[in-house]
Amino acid sequence: MKKCVITVIGNDAVGIIAKVCTYLAEARINILDISQTIVGGLFNMMMIVDISKSSEEFAEINENLEKLGQDIGVTVKCQRAEIFDMMHRI
Amino acid sequence: MINILEVAETNKMIEKENLDVRTITMGISLLDCMDSDTQKTCENIYDKIVSLAGELVNTGDEIGKEFGIPIVNKRVSVTPVAIVGEACAKTTDDYVKIAKALDRAAASIGVNFIGGYSALVSKGSTRADDLLMRSIPEALSQTEYICSSVNVGSTKTGINMDAVRLMGNIIKETALKTADRDSIGCAKLVVLCNAPDDNPFMAGAFHGVSENDSVINVGVSGPGVVKNALESVRGSDFKTLCETIKKTAFKITRVGQLVAQEAAKRLNTEFGIIDLSLAPTPAIGDSVADILKEIGLEHPGAPGTTAALALLNDQVKKGGVMASSYVGGLSGAFIPVSEDQGMIDAVEAGALTIEKLEAMTCVCSVGLDMIAVPGDTSADTIAGVIADESAIGMINQKTTAVRIIPVAGKGLGDTVEFGGLLGYAPIMPVNSFGCSDFINRAGRIPAPIHSFKN
Repeated sequence: MKKCVITVIGNDAVGIIAKVCTYLAEARINILDISQTIVGGLFNMMMIVDISKSSEEFAEINENLEKLGQDIGVTVKCQRAEIFDMMHRI
Repeated sequence: MINILEVAETNKMIEKENLDVRTITMGISLLDCMDSDTQKTCENIYDKIVSLAGELVNTGDEIGKEFGIPIVNKRVSVTPVAIVGEACAKTTDDYVKIAKALDRAAASIGVNFIGGYSALVSKGSTRADDLLMRSIPEALSQTEYICSSVNVGSTKTGINMDAVRLMGNIIKETALKTADRDSIGCAKLVVLCNAPDDNPFMAGAFHGVSENDSVINVGVSGPGVVKNALESVRGSDFKTLCETIKKTAFKITRVGQLVAQEAAKRLNTEFGIIDLSLAPTPAIGDSVADILKEIGLEHPGAPGTTAALALLNDQVKKGGVMASSYVGGLSGAFIPVSEDQGMIDAVEAGALTIEKLEAMTCVCSVGLDMIAVPGDTSADTIAGVIADESAIGMINQKTTAVRIIPVAGKGLGDTVEFGGLLGYAPIMPVNSFGCSDFINRAGRIPAPIHSFKN
């Protein structure tokens, strides 16, 4: 398993999750967990995904998600999950 | 499973508080590059660096993208060049040729500094050490990426005062040779006592002879993260203050550990150490001085500064040590003047003097760092400053250093601009009473009594 964390932050709008999920499905990226909140009117979503079976490489996924974010008007970031595990778990 | 708050916290540190990995430094041994012919030595050096570190910059950038954390500098440190050139160098020009080969290698692999144009002369110097030290002004004026360091003392050996005196002159000469660029050569030259073999930070980085053939050392940073964490406990007692610094240092260091392991794996080399340092940059919000202010000082330099810095330095180490499997280098808070906006402000406000900085160096890593002084400061005075710092290092069994810039043609009231990470600095006054009779004594200061631990 190659776990990554996708974060989406920006103004709330209809269809943000749908658009991100559509891309993930097309790229064969499996979603393991989703959580989402609205903080101060800002849409804030985190997905934990597994990219090991994806048809695309990490750099490509990152780039595509960034572009997708620009189209919807939100910031989308994809990072390998180890950085969060290392920082918050002993 | 990771939760959304933890992810948000990490990303806030990176995006808003300037958390970054300050440097991935690849240490490379050049011992097998030695040859009796200078030209051949230069070729061997160039080939070895390019073959081992050719992918360093790309790898650093890739890791940065994957984890979403900036890796600011990718650098190389090498075996002290005085040793590498021992068999071939007959003149200072031969060493300058080696410096140029190192410079070409650095340019070719795209690193922004290469450290190790160094001599280790804490007890005495060989003919080669002497040639290297005398070649420093020319080498630094003719190269772009070279950083130079000279270790003039240690707790075990005492202080080599002949080298201290010589380095006072070398610093002056370097300032004059690079006068057209605000004496920038001196910003790449540091004189150390108790220099560590595995320091990833410039200008003092070199690859010690006790190290592997190649190694990855990583320096983390994040003064902004500590400062922001302390804002949330403003006015609390010392226990809370210390716990907050410790926890934050742990988190910062864990990122360094992750990046170091990953870089070592991809570059097919060993992971050496993490340097647990709070290293500021001239960027707003990336300042060690701001942490001191948050702890409760109006400006660094105010009474209480040494205590606040001691506390900060110690908690950073306590938090960081558990976060990494191997810790080394300089490890502690850096207090360079020109590279920290808060320190610059303190100097301009009249709160911070060289004497207070010297006291601060007793309790934190390194020493008098990136301090611009009047161009007419004498070589003996600079040597006196080096001797004082070395004495602090020798007696306290810690690394100390002097990176001082007597800016040619400038005096009090002037400012120098080095650009980029080196920042800018107001010229600071130096105590101008004489010390020549002391400096001009030949020989060395014996090792202190507590060095005899056998």
